[in-house]
Amino acid sequence: MSGEPSPDVGVAAEAAARGPGAALPREVLLEAIGLSRRFAIGSGRRAPQLHAVDDVSLRLHRGESVGLVGESGCGKSTLARLLARLIDPTEGAIVFEGRDVGAIRARDFAVSGQRARIQLVFQDATDSLDPRQTAFEAIAEPAVRMRLPGDVAARVRRVADEVGLPSELLGRYPHQLSGGQRARVGIARALCPEPALLVLDEPTAALDVSVQAVVLQLLARLRRERGLTYLFVSHDLNVVRLLCDRVLVMYLGRLVEEGPARAVFDAPAHPYTAALLSAIPGGGRAPEVLPGEVRSPIDPDPSACRFHGRCPAGEAACGRTLPQLEATRAGLPGRRVACLKPRV
Amino acid sequence: MSAVATHAPAAADDAAPAPGRALLEMTDVSLEFRTRSGTVRALQHVSLSVRRGEIVGLVGESGSGKSVLCYALLGLSDRAARITSGRIDYDGIDLRAASERELQDLRGREIGMVFQNPRAALNPIRTIGRQLEDVLRRHGAVRRADLRERAIEALREVAIADPQRRHRAYPFELSGGMCQRVMIALALCGAPRLLIADEPTTGLDVTTQAAVLALVRERVRASRVATLLITHDLALAADFCDRIVVMHAGHVVETAPTGALFGAPRHPYTQALIASTPAGRDALEELRPIAGGLPDLRREDLPACRFLERCPRALPACRDALAHVAPGAAHAVACNNPLGAP
Repeated sequence: MSGEPSPDVGVAAEAAARGPGAALPREVLLEAIGLSRRFAIGSGRRAPQLHAVDDVSLRLHRGESVGLVGESGCGKSTLARLLARLIDPTEGAIVFEGRDVGAIRARDFAVSGQRARIQLVFQDATDSLDPRQTAFEAIAEPAVRMRLPGDVAARVRRVADEVGLPSELLGRYPHQLSGGQRARVGIARALCPEPALLVLDEPTAALDVSVQAVVLQLLARLRRERGLTYLFVSHDLNVVRLLCDRVLVMYLGRLVEEGPARAVFDAPAHPYTAALLSAIPGGGRAPEVLPGEVRSPIDPDPSACRFHGRCPAGEAACGRTLPQLEATRAGLPGRRVACLKPRV
Repeated sequence: MSAVATHAPAAADDAAPAPGRALLEMTDVSLEFRTRSGTVRALQHVSLSVRRGEIVGLVGESGSGKSVLCYALLGLSDRAARITSGRIDYDGIDLRAASERELQDLRGREIGMVFQNPRAALNPIRTIGRQLEDVLRRHGAVRRADLRERAIEALREVAIADPQRRHRAYPFELSGGMCQRVMIALALCGAPRLLIADEPTTGLDVTTQAAVLALVRERVRASRVATLLITHDLALAADFCDRIVVMHAGHVVETAPTGALFGAPRHPYTQALIASTPAGRDALEELRPIAGGLPDLRREDLPACRFLERCPRALPACRDALAHVAPGAAHAVACNNPLGAP
């Protein structure tokens, strides 16, 4: 169990690589240490366990935008929900703004003062908005529930203005709004309690490219203006590349690679990341088709790499060792990889 | 400027099909929906053809009429829909004149369909193995004793893990992505001559998407299946299709071979779509959102060019007339002021 916080490899170097004038995200906003979430399949003490998130340690720095990518079923949504404190971890700690919020039960967190500080934007605003609530009510609801101080109406108007939602639309119901406008309502609702961390779960997946472009640029502007921190969960790697400073790659419950987005995209260290990137449409490359099948996340072999059997670079040793997230061989700034045979 | 524009179209790995006769040909088709709030002119003078062995991509924003078009050509349109003009030809058969019985037979025997919402399209009270076997049996090419084996094989081909076990599963036991792949397996296992796939890989992971599309392409090429792929993902269309048809608000605005469409788009809408796509961009600022939205197709005063109100190159003439440049040619565009004009 890697209980102790991981050394922060070359954050300064990473910031330097981003060039002068770029913000230096040094202050740790959220840290997860040895975070795991298992779900019992069936009942009883010996019931098999689905390892949705397995021993994940990571840091989010204030003001940075971090992409979390991986295939469906890899645990990225579970991890996002753990970090957003919607569900409780089985093991591990979550330190947010200096407090161990992992120890607070999700139920209690919902009514704690810190709920306002971590907010979520969901995938499809059509599904996540209450059809019986007007845009105004939807945006105001979190502030009302949390009994935030000040004039709620003024707060709603301010945040609606910030996301570019004209005030005459505030009286409308979701079905009277376009997809782009609904997305703005979803973002405004999340911003209303003035969070420090925004967890975005595929916020543009349901939008047309023409609208997606607007929403992505809006998100980038809001982050700049408000100094927000983003955890951006997505399987659209093209979007992650454009929106995120740093990227985390998950495979079957574990982090397998992390690093500055540009560097990871240019030269992935983990064979899985390489396969994932090669499959992006429009990349002009032939996708690398992975042999074999995804291992089961139920009671996985604790002493084998989760990618073993599907990995084009794998060898016998990979079936006997579960690699930990470590600095790359070349010691690249800000990069870590969990692989016995990293590519860089 | 963009990777979408510069990389070679789909078929670098397999030969582009020899130009053959069109298996499916729609000419000048118009369709409207009569609704209580007015008549929606959903398709207007739409022409489109798909040849054997060819993969044609149909792209455009949601609401542009892509799905309406494919339902219309299958004869599956909503009751409120009425085809007001045009011809739909399938292998010499006039589909508009065909009886429901003939259409049903054709859909079952020769046309494979992948619908957008796979969970709704699958039979909820039959195991997926049974559903595959139904199709295989109906097509008669498989011996009774081999049915199970072939069904499992079909599941394996679409990258479904543990196909023996999944064979016994009901649709509700599978994830959305798996249902989607089962749909594709169902469509392919009938050995169709025409494959119509409506957003077949939406919601799939890129790795699965790549594997599934590679399989589809291999089958399409080997059996010379005419394929119509409906997608809003331009990058995917660029990778996968031989030819692209761009739709906007019920009009076909541009038709071209993939390389030409991305290399030298002629319609301002095509250009705008490409400029709003994240693939191949270096920075978020490079994305160019498209101004405005689709016009309300119930409007009485719809301009001749339905892109007029969003178009940076609009001319006064665009309100009353729409020029079709090189109709029927490989690269055709419906625009009074196309890009790249001499």
